[in-house]
Amino acid sequence: MDTFVQQLINGLTIGAIYALIALGYTMVYGILRLINFAHGDIYMVGAFVGYFMAFQLGFAAGPSLMGLSVVLIGSMIAAALVGMAIERFAYRPIRKYARMTTLITAIGVSLLIENLFVARLGAAPRAFPQLLQEKSYTLFGNAAISKSQILIFAVSVALMLLLQWVIFKTKVGTAMRAVSFNLNSAKLMGINTDFIISFTFALGSALAAAGGVLTAQYNPQIDPLMGIITGLKAFVAAVLGGIGNIPGAVLGGLLIGIAETFVVGYGQNVGVPTTFRDAVAFAILILVLLFRPTGLLGSTVQEKV
Amino acid sequence: MPIFVKRLLAALVIVLLLIAMNEYMSEQGLFGFGVPPYYARVIMLAGINIILAVSLNLITGFTGQFSIGHAGFMAVGAYTSAYLTVYYAQAWERSLAGMIGTGLAHALIFLLAILVGALAAALAGLVVGIPSLRLRGDYLAIVTLGFAEIIRIVILNIDQVGGATGFTVPAYTNFLWVGAFAVVTIIIVYNIVHSDIGRALVSIREDELAAEAMGINTTQYKVLSFVISSALAGMAGVLFGHYTSFLSTNDFQFIRSFEIIIMIVLGGMGSLTGAVLGAIVITIMPELLRQLPGDFSKYRLVVYSALLIIIMLTRPQGILGTREFGLSWLKRAPKRPEGDKPAGEKGVSIAEQGPPSAIDQKKEMENR
Amino acid sequence: MKRLLISLGIIASFVFALACERKGGPGAGGNSGPIVIGYYGDLSGRTSNFGQSTKNGVEMAADEINKAGGIDGRQITILSEDDEGRPEKAATVVTKLIDQDRVVALLGEVASGNTLAAAPKAQAARVPMISPSSTNPAVTQVGDYISRVCFIDPFQGDVMAKFAANTLKAKKAAIMLDFNSPYSRGLTEFFEASFKKLGGEIVDKQSYTQGDRDYKGQLTAIRSKNPDVIYVPGYYGEVGVIAKQAKQLDIKAPMLGGDGWDSTQLWDLGGDALNGDYISNHYSVDDPSPAIQKFVADYKARYGNVPDALAALGYDAMKVLADAIKRAGTTEEPQLKDAIAATKDFAGVTGTISLDKDRNAVKPAVVLKLQDKKYIYVETIYPEGMTAPATAVTPVAAPSTSTSPAAAPATSPARPGTTASPAKAASPAAGTRSTASPS
Repeated sequence: MDTFVQQLINGLTIGAIYALIALGYTMVYGILRLINFAHGDIYMVGAFVGYFMAFQLGFAAGPSLMGLSVVLIGSMIAAALVGMAIERFAYRPIRKYARMTTLITAIGVSLLIENLFVARLGAAPRAFPQLLQEKSYTLFGNAAISKSQILIFAVSVALMLLLQWVIFKTKVGTAMRAVSFNLNSAKLMGINTDFIISFTFALGSALAAAGGVLTAQYNPQIDPLMGIITGLKAFVAAVLGGIGNIPGAVLGGLLIGIAETFVVGYGQNVGVPTTFRDAVAFAILILVLLFRPTGLLGSTVQEKV
Repeated sequence: MPIFVKRLLAALVIVLLLIAMNEYMSEQGLFGFGVPPYYARVIMLAGINIILAVSLNLITGFTGQFSIGHAGFMAVGAYTSAYLTVYYAQAWERSLAGMIGTGLAHALIFLLAILVGALAAALAGLVVGIPSLRLRGDYLAIVTLGFAEIIRIVILNIDQVGGATGFTVPAYTNFLWVGAFAVVTIIIVYNIVHSDIGRALVSIREDELAAEAMGINTTQYKVLSFVISSALAGMAGVLFGHYTSFLSTNDFQFIRSFEIIIMIVLGGMGSLTGAVLGAIVITIMPELLRQLPGDFSKYRLVVYSALLIIIMLTRPQGILGTREFGLSWLKRAPKRPEGDKPAGEKGVSIAEQGPPSAIDQKKEMENR
Repeated sequence: MKRLLISLGIIASFVFALACERKGGPGAGGNSGPIVIGYYGDLSGRTSNFGQSTKNGVEMAADEINKAGGIDGRQITILSEDDEGRPEKAATVVTKLIDQDRVVALLGEVASGNTLAAAPKAQAARVPMISPSSTNPAVTQVGDYISRVCFIDPFQGDVMAKFAANTLKAKKAAIMLDFNSPYSRGLTEFFEASFKKLGGEIVDKQSYTQGDRDYKGQLTAIRSKNPDVIYVPGYYGEVGVIAKQAKQLDIKAPMLGGDGWDSTQLWDLGGDALNGDYISNHYSVDDPSPAIQKFVADYKARYGNVPDALAALGYDAMKVLADAIKRAGTTEEPQLKDAIAATKDFAGVTGTISLDKDRNAVKPAVVLKLQDKKYIYVETIYPEGMTAPATAVTPVAAPSTSTSPAAAPATSPARPGTTASPAKAASPAAGTRSTASPS
């Protein structure tokens, strides 16, 4: 039983990170119908900005709550700027062209960021400084939860609530929803759609950067290619939940995190080798899409003629 | 000249050219001259990439179904045929060689391997295609990507084909095989696209609902083009595996699927010659960039990805758009403005209107 | 028509531009001018930290040789190519190095998969290739032009199994392997076989892949089986974090690893969680032997960080190659190949290297204990057929491992002219030994 609880905690932790990144995919998709393949790399950029900030500002010396919050917020702001720049220079000029074109550009941007970081910094993993005094709390039996896991839960829930508030209670959020509903009509209503799109990229990128800094507290290993697999799984999470749907992204992220962990923990009992862990996210996705072609919470859009 | 004589002559010329090129590129060379092995290797890989790009163009460029799992089908073809050639072919070859001679036996066995690889990939395409082609657009894309990753992980778990270490297979492929199958692939796809099946496929791309309303069985056609496309990719996989003579799952990661997509988008979606051009450009570009001097060479891939973005930004419809580049273009007087073709010209007529995105975009707006 | 003619002209000139006259065999040999050596490795992909380290080691060795006057007055030029960590590209760049750059010998790759893809090209062109760190046994089976300076998977897996069973008296072991890595799988396979033969039991086997962010799922499963030791034959990037997360889950069993752990980054990633773990390695950076300390200091001065095992192996591969060129007196490939294969008792940084008949390096492994950011020497384990030199004082090692003392000559003193101390490999870290011997 304590093993089960432990695995659940592990799964939720990694799932929360997937969810944070999936939110960015889903928001951008909701507005532009663009799979922003560079989003996983924004997550990486966030982690690296945090890394350099911690060293430059002298927070790397020892754990401090102050350092953690400064690094977290700083990297979120930096990543937001990077996200906006990518949108402005790579995506906006070709927005009116076929989606394939924007998709290839997105892949190009993703490759560019990765290759640039590898060329400048090398692919060797770096150790993110410990900004949080690590401590484990035993729940019961053998099950333990660490401080960094609690931090991940707390911050991601807070950010998700904040996002919910922005989208449903503010003017910008209303505009975002309008743009996502119909870009052209929104423009006719006098909404500055360029600004809203830019804002969406900033929001999504900030969340991804938060994910980057938070995972780095949990798993201090950061490298320029860390965004590829995590980004892909987060994207799968977004599609699983129904791409374009915000609660769906959170649900998808948590589900994939838990599923992966449980395959590792219990797969062998039911004949699934743990080596199939990376395949599980995709297998679940495929199964779900077969029965719900628009994801778990995605609404079925009736195609108009 | 009757048309079939013309075609026969064309075929003869192509075959002779391929044989000459094959000699030219082989170790011995032709008349003492030959292509250096490095260039020969790049040309071979470009040939294999042409097959991949043209086959993907059928499903993505002409049918409009967004598939990013081509590397998976390639892997299925490569590994199935390699299993055959590694564990069975030598014995068969020996017993056959007694009857028909070594060279012919060799060729027959490899032809069999190619067929088996193509069939296996077609089967995989069917298994993937039937359920997933219910999905639209990006959902389909991510499902094909997922299937390709699952295929890769399954192969990684099979120790008979080398698992993570890799699988050494006999080298059968030479330029003759690659050239011949590249030509065959182009002819197959060209003929499909210019048949009534092709019309149906293009109509699905342009507007699936309208196509359905016109009585086209869209599911059937989509699965058909998906299966053909997978089979051709599997064939490319067989040629690839027996050329590099070493198979590793690291060569079939999703970055390869991306590369194939990049080839067709770069060349121009829905253009056969565009796919060929894209394949050549994408194969040669990273190799050319190796010439970057000294310290700058570590930015090779940075330059590569930057070039990619720049090409997409400056020519979003791809290098050729949906136009084709062919003999007719060559014969035309150079003065004539681009895109204006002599009347009665066949073969270029797919979706000649406006920027390729116009309809796509319109449909999208309505979907919101 | 004009266009047609122009196009045909372009195509024709392209084809002729490609042409070159065929000469018999590679034209690289000869006995004058600079010696061009090709290095290929992953310099931009997921494993580019390994490729870069190896490249650093190779270049440093080449510079040292050049500064000392080169080989018989000839300078060494290293040409590096990036294979992006993809087997297909590895074969392509090796073809390029052989064909375009006319290298006399090749150094590379780290990952066995990439070496296996590229080695047939070198073998076919008859260009000697030394792999610094591909540990899969199949690599040198490609042909007689392929050799290596590292020990192979069976030996390293075996070493840790023996250490676990004999020295740590472990009965139950769990394994956590990097499933995508042939290195990790190779070590796992031989550790498992050897540990079982010694009466142990493998209670659980979990896997991860490079780039994973979370290992707690696997570790929780392992924890529920209560192993005495956990074998983690991975690379330092993941291992440090695995150790840390294991401690967060309150796992007390020590972890065992291989030479992939060797990097200073390991300490940044794992910190105190690594205390009490053991690894098998070629040497220890904390070894006080002057040759090793000089290498470590020079490397640090040049690149700003402490060398990892891969850098040391790259360094040794270059030095072994230079030694072979010197002995052959020529860079003609067949003679060079024979000279490499005849390498015997070469005093490298990573131990005394002799190549056996399969061109695999035969050298002892050291077991190191990780404690407070130091690698503390515990014992030396010799491969079968190689005995402990008489000078070695090994409190816990040897008898169980050196089964056929008569099969090979004992380590002889290093050849004159090399800087290493005699029988260095057998007595590393004399200063720390007393503190490190397990009770």
